[in-house]
Amino acid sequence: MERELNLVENEILDNELQKVSDFSDLSPWEIVQISRHSKRPILQDYLSLVFTNFVELHGDRFYSDDKAIIGGFAEIGKHKVMLIGHNKGKSTNENIERNFGMPKPEGYRKALRLMKLAESYNLPIVTIIDTPGAFPGIEAEERGQAEAIARNLTEMSILEVPIISVVIGEGGSGGALGIGVGDRILMLSNAIYSVISPEGCASILWRDAKFAPDAATALNLTAGALLKHGVIDQIIQEPLGGAHENYEEVADSLKKAIIKNISSLNTLSAKELVHNRFMKYSGIGAFLTN
Amino acid sequence: MAWYSNSTSEKKKVKKDLWIRCSKCGSHVFISNWKENLNVCPQCNYHGSITSWERISQTFDDNSFKELFSNISPVDSLKFIDLNGSYHSKIESNIKKTGINEAVITGYGKINGIDAVTAIMDFRFLGGSLGSGTGEKILLASNFAYDNSFPYIVFSASGGARMQEGTLSLMQMAKTCAGVARLKQKKIPYISVLTNPTTGGVSASYAMVGDLNIAEPGALIGFAGRRVIEQTIGEKLPDDFQTSEYLLEHGFVDTIVERKDMKDYLSKVLGYYNR
Repeated sequence: MERELNLVENEILDNELQKVSDFSDLSPWEIVQISRHSKRPILQDYLSLVFTNFVELHGDRFYSDDKAIIGGFAEIGKHKVMLIGHNKGKSTNENIERNFGMPKPEGYRKALRLMKLAESYNLPIVTIIDTPGAFPGIEAEERGQAEAIARNLTEMSILEVPIISVVIGEGGSGGALGIGVGDRILMLSNAIYSVISPEGCASILWRDAKFAPDAATALNLTAGALLKHGVIDQIIQEPLGGAHENYEEVADSLKKAIIKNISSLNTLSAKELVHNRFMKYSGIGAFLTN
Repeated sequence: MAWYSNSTSEKKKVKKDLWIRCSKCGSHVFISNWKENLNVCPQCNYHGSITSWERISQTFDDNSFKELFSNISPVDSLKFIDLNGSYHSKIESNIKKTGINEAVITGYGKINGIDAVTAIMDFRFLGGSLGSGTGEKILLASNFAYDNSFPYIVFSASGGARMQEGTLSLMQMAKTCAGVARLKQKKIPYISVLTNPTTGGVSASYAMVGDLNIAEPGALIGFAGRRVIEQTIGEKLPDDFQTSEYLLEHGFVDTIVERKDMKDYLSKVLGYYNR
């Protein structure tokens, strides 16, 4: 039922989008809609289109196996990597099983376990970001959502293997960053990356969620804006109309971009990687000095 | 304006200058008593908010504190405008209101004779939100601790990341944690003191990864906002949810220390650093 509703909404959206002749002129709010489009390719699609031989590894060794984040060995081109990513679904059933791609602490702890394993096996790490955010629920707080994300940020900053993070859909705040401390941060051209959802921001700063389109503009959450402000390193262009219009085409671009970045990062020593990562994050932000 | 309304407001003003009403138990306390008690309610032990400078004088030995990186202040790089106007105007009014130019004061000094570098957040400044300047100061202070091999203590008081700086503010979580990671690599003590409130992006970054996490009593500490969780689960949360005591019970803070004991507690645990 929900899926059908989504489809109807999507059709309306598609019609609206087709009215726009030049897709580069989409408003931030329209891009938010594309990033959440129910036909938009998700990690499960790229598992076969971009990667081969995915060997899924389960569990955080403390509590459970969070299905909102998956990870394991995989190959991309000639490279063997550790692949970790948010696991959204397409159908309602998939989304319920995967908690709409909203991880709990055990998801972040599984991700960290696999990243440490990658470091130990000297494998580059590819993280795929697509989440509305970390799960806001009692059990998540109880088991230390904040601690789990904080631990990942801290540990990722000193991992001695290359990390490439790609935002493929929604980059939902700390829930995204929790697996997103990459040497390179790439974004699909209609993906978003934000400190808070436009709806959440609007309900706080505009006192009404219906101002989400205004908040989406103000938050500068599009790939173009984030490249300009030095938050991300590269935009991967989507097919006209959005990634959902041509899975093969977007997968091909994604694959090429990831491989290119792995190749260039592979030339660096562990020491250089960690140093460069520290300098990269040290340099993000805008402030005055006087 | 009528003569009586004027005199009432005068009266109120006098009253307000003398008394403070505890926001937890509602008791009226003489301001002088409240201040003497380190902004803690003498009736119910509620730990009220304090300014960074008050915290500094409570924590550091007399005349030992030297401020660092005070030249850093926020900038409205996204030209963020919401219902209440521009971020730029908020920055200006907050600087004017608080007399400080970021949501954190950084520096170093002695705590019962022990050298320590510190970053002390000030909730009055834009709700202690973590902006680029805040993150920069917290990172630079950790670098200073790293270079001088001094212990680093961060006092958090923050609602989370600063929305008006968009994803730039989100990235400060990674930036500050990168600083913490370097301290850990060099085996330099890093102590996090969580005060009311420590939530959102600040709880999910440097505040939660101390060698020791120390909380003040009754502080609100958590990742997701209470209202958001209540909306998600569709029921009311228990009163003690996301308090210091709740975190202690669930294993996320080492201990709860009252404000009056904080200085001695910090110097005591730093005394165990044997390098």
